Amino acid sequence: MKKAIVMDSKDNVATLLTDVDANDVVQVMMGDKTTETKVQEKIQFGHKFAMETITKGQHVVKYGEVIGQATQDIGEGQHVHVHNVESLRGRGDLA
Amino acid sequence: MTLSGYVRPDGSVGFRNHVAILSSVGCANDVAIRLGRMYPNALLLTHRQGCAQLGNDKEQSARTLTGIGKNPNIAAVLVIGMGCESITAEYLAEEISKTKKMVEFLVVLEEGGLMTALPKGARFLDQMISDASQMTRVPCGLDALTLGVKCGLTDTTSGIASNPAIGVVADRVIESGGTVVFGETPEVIGAEHILAQRAATPEVKRDLYRVVNECEERVKASGMDIRGANPAPGNIAGGITTIEEKSLGAIKKGGGKTLQGVLGYGEIPKGKGLYFMDGPGRTPEALTGLSGAGAQIIIFPTGGGSPAGSLISPVIKVTGNPRTAERLKDHIDIDVSRIIKGESTLEEAGESVFQELLNVASGKATRSERLGYGMISIWNIGPHM
Repeated sequence: MKKAIVMDSKDNVATLLTDVDANDVVQVMMGDKTTETKVQEKIQFGHKFAMETITKGQHVVKYGEVIGQATQDIGEGQHVHVHNVESLRGRGDLA
Repeated sequence: MTLSGYVRPDGSVGFRNHVAILSSVGCANDVAIRLGRMYPNALLLTHRQGCAQLGNDKEQSARTLTGIGKNPNIAAVLVIGMGCESITAEYLAEEISKTKKMVEFLVVLEEGGLMTALPKGARFLDQMISDASQMTRVPCGLDALTLGVKCGLTDTTSGIASNPAIGVVADRVIESGGTVVFGETPEVIGAEHILAQRAATPEVKRDLYRVVNECEERVKASGMDIRGANPAPGNIAGGITTIEEKSLGAIKKGGGKTLQGVLGYGEIPKGKGLYFMDGPGRTPEALTGLSGAGAQIIIFPTGGGSPAGSLISPVIKVTGNPRTAERLKDHIDIDVSRIIKGESTLEEAGESVFQELLNVASGKATRSERLGYGMISIWNIGPHM
């Protein structure tokens, strides 16, 4: 079974512990609980996918904290990374 | 908990017993290098700073070089100056000799140049190496240890496995009366509010917010997005999306104890417990700063398998990434990837790193030490004139 981990109950992303292909069902661990999510695309080990729909402008949450915001709508099971998330900090380009 | 080390005249304990050749300025490197060739067992410490630097930048270089000379892993120091620089060999020798260890200095221009400076330097080194070779290890406790912690080539396994496992070790060192120094200011951006909750005093909290704010302001003044510089391309390839994500994982490597103070780069802590050191995340500067702060040993969690090391302080590499543990095993001291596989707890993994720390303190050579990895690179915060 392909696996992923959620670091905090407030998170809307999970981190993959294996490589996955589109339509793989992934066992998602959070503490003692386990759920299943179908990923929508091929994603690498260590990368993240959305546990729920994240709309454009919405915060991306990992470790129970804000790690950035979505630059486009991200569907459940889609890859969450630099192509669809921007940082809210250290943005000299916006200063 | 018993280790064994070399007790210095000031009561500090070295876990290595180096005789160092230290340039006070980049222009003296050529002389230092030639002496290093004559005495290959001496630790050759060259760098590019020491002159034509302004104010805080000059002070930072001087502080770091002094701290390196004072590092208890170094038994004796020969400082090489040119004679026209702003951070003089005489100044460094005087500061370092406050530890009462063997210190000599040589000023190349005053000696009449390279050919007359070399034999004089050789005489100093010959005596220092002879004296150091007769020192022996004696039992000591963990209270003698200043542990440096620095992460590098971070990926998403770092925040899940290696950093929290090392946090367990940091807590144990502090519970045993020791000191832990961690830092990398850019890698606190987005996580400073969590660290600030553990500040011992309002002043420590203020200092932490100040250094993080100064760091972020430097990024803003550059007009650039920090992403690409930090997280770097290797971090992004490893799944790290933003600096906030990296920071939230990075702060776990310091454990969960009270933050006693915020140090300047290369500054030696005045007390025991957990300290944060201001400075960049870039590996050579971060490791140099920790050695300057007096860390005798550094633990280095790495996702992607950085081979980096320090010449002064043995670096223990720990990875939580099972692929890195396999592919880069010649650069990894401890594999804690069983955490990711659900086969090990953080406490068990922390115990394995802690045992290795005790082994290394008592003399076991780390991977990067065996391979001779390391360089001095002082964080430069001003223009060269």
